Amino acid sequence: MAEFLYQRDIYGQTLVELGKQRKDIVVLDADLSSSTRTSLFAKEFPERFFNFGIAEGNMMAAAAGLAAFGKTVFLSTFAMFASGRAWDQVRNSIAYNNFNVKIVATHAGITVGPDGASHQALEDLALMRVIPNMNIIVPCDAPQTAEAVITAANTKGPFYIRLGRTKVSTLENKGKFEFGKAQALTEGNDIAIIACGIMVSEALIAVNALAKKGIKARLINMHTLKPIDTKAILKAAKETRGIIVCEEHSIIGGLASSVAEVVAENYPTKVARVGIKDRFGQSGEPAELLKEYNLTNLDIEKAAVQCLTN
Amino acid sequence: MKYNQNKTNPSTPLTIEELEDKAREIRRLIIKMIAKAGSGHPGGSLSSTDLITALFFSVLKHDPKNPHWPERDRFHMSKGHCCPLWYAELAESGYFPKDKLMTLRKLGSMLQGHPDRRTPGVESASGSLGQGLSVALGMSLGARIDKKDCRIYVLIGDGEIQEGSIWEAAMAASHYKCDNLCAIMDCNGFQIDGATKDIMNLEPVAKKWQAFGWHTIEIDGHNMRQILSAYDEAKTIKGKPSIIIARTIKGKGVSFMENVVDFHGRAPTQEEAEKALRELE
Repeated sequence: MAEFLYQRDIYGQTLVELGKQRKDIVVLDADLSSSTRTSLFAKEFPERFFNFGIAEGNMMAAAAGLAAFGKTVFLSTFAMFASGRAWDQVRNSIAYNNFNVKIVATHAGITVGPDGASHQALEDLALMRVIPNMNIIVPCDAPQTAEAVITAANTKGPFYIRLGRTKVSTLENKGKFEFGKAQALTEGNDIAIIACGIMVSEALIAVNALAKKGIKARLINMHTLKPIDTKAILKAAKETRGIIVCEEHSIIGGLASSVAEVVAENYPTKVARVGIKDRFGQSGEPAELLKEYNLTNLDIEKAAVQCLTN
Repeated sequence: MKYNQNKTNPSTPLTIEELEDKAREIRRLIIKMIAKAGSGHPGGSLSSTDLITALFFSVLKHDPKNPHWPERDRFHMSKGHCCPLWYAELAESGYFPKDKLMTLRKLGSMLQGHPDRRTPGVESASGSLGQGLSVALGMSLGARIDKKDCRIYVLIGDGEIQEGSIWEAAMAASHYKCDNLCAIMDCNGFQIDGATKDIMNLEPVAKKWQAFGWHTIEIDGHNMRQILSAYDEAKTIKGKPSIIIARTIKGKGVSFMENVVDFHGRAPTQEEAEKALRELE
C-alpha cells in the first residue's frame, strides 16, 4: 500500500534542513504560512522569515531585493496568487534579473477542491513557462518535492515549484532525480504517457490497466517542465505510436503544449491531451473534480486506446 | 558637517557650489545622451538630478571601482525611465567610461532604455513602475539579517505612487521598522498624460506617507543645502523609514523643457539639444 503524504509538509521540513545548513536561505510568505508550511521555517529561524501579509506583489519584488543582497529566497503562497496576482513582479523584478528566488506555489490545480474556481490555478504553468530564465519543477510526490526544493536551492536563477493541496501517493522505484531529466517509470513501445504532478500516479494505474489489454505503455514522469527533456520526448515520439500528455492544468500552455512544441518541430506524431479543457474549475471534492474534468486513470486509459485505434 | 563618504574620493567634501557644478554637468550628459539616442525621458531625469547628484557625490558609501563592495550603501531607481540620470551619475562617479553614455538605447548596449543589471552599479532592473520600493525594502531586510551598517536609497516618482504596490511596500517597510531605508520622491507634478493633480490627485501626499508610518521630510528638491540636510535628517530617524518629499520642476535647468509635459518622454532634437547645452554652460 502506497504511502500518502502532503508535499507541503515535506517542503516545510526541507526548508528547515536547508536553513540549518545555509545562512543565506531566507523565507517569505503572504499570510498563508500555516497552509504552505513555511511556518516551520518561521518557527526555527524567525530572523530569516518575513510575512508580507496579503500583498503578493510586494513579496515578490522584495524577494528580488533580498536576492540582490545575496540571499537565496524561498517564498510561498497559493499558485493562483504566485503566478497570476504577482506576474509582473515575477517577470520584471525576479526573472529578468535572473535572481535566486524560488517560488514554491502550493494549492495548485483542480484538487484544491471545495474552495472553487477562484482558488484553482489551472493556468500557472502556462504563465510561468513563457518567462525567460524561469525553471519549473512539478514534483509527482512528497519525496520528489524535497529533491525539487534542494535542486532549486543549489541551482542559480529563479524557480517555480508547483505543489498541490491534498495528500499524494508516494511512487516507488522512480530512480534518481535529475533536474531537467525525465524519469521513465515503465518501459513500452506501444504508446507513451508523459505526465507531471499528481497525474503521474493516475497514469501509473492506467498503464497497468492497459497492460492487461496487451498494450505496453511507456510512462514518463516529466517533473521538470523547464528546461524540458527534449531527448526523452523525441525518443518516445520515435519509438511509440503516440503520446498522451497528462496534467492537472489547462491543456493550453502547460506540459501538453511543451511536448507538442517539441514533437511538432522535430518529429511530428500524435499527441493527445488529458487536462483541463479550457474551463474554469468549481467546488467539489478532489476525487469528484478529477472525474468531472476527465482527469482520472480511466480517462488516460481511454485516451491511450483511442490514440492507438484512430 | 562632513558630507563626502564616497570611498574612492575621501579627500575633501564637495562644497555646495561644487555639487551644483556637478549637477550641471550631469544635466549636460543627460541631454547629450538622450539626444544621441533619439528617445528617452528627459523631464524626470532633469527634475531628479540635484537630489541624486547630492546622493552620489556626498552621501552614498560606495566604491565605483568595486561595484560589489559588500559594505556599500544601495541605491535603486524605481522610476526606471529616468535611467539616463542614473547612468550619468554612474559614469561621472567612475563605474564606467563616460563615452559609453552615447550608446544609450542602442542594440547590444549595456545602457538599456530602462535599467538592467548589465550596467555596472545597477543592482536590479526596473521600469515597470511601482516595484522598486519593494525591491529596496528587500535590500533593507537583507541588510538587517546581515547586520550591515549600510543604508538603502530608492528614487520614486510622484506619478508612480498611483501604483497600489507602492503602498504595499510602504505598509511593510513601516511594519518592519526599516530605518535604514530612505525613499526619495521626486514630486515634479507631471505624468505622461498631464499634471498629476488632473490625472490622479496625490495630495495631501505627506499625510499619506505619515499615515503609513513614515518619517517625512519636505524640501525644495533643487536646493542643495536642503537636500543634504534632508539626507542627514533621515539618517537620524530610528524605528521607521524616511521619505524625502522633494518638490521639483520637471525638466529643471532647460527653460523650454521646464513644466512641459511633452518632454516627459521625448528626446530633444539636435537643435533643441544645442540650445539646452548652451543654457547649461
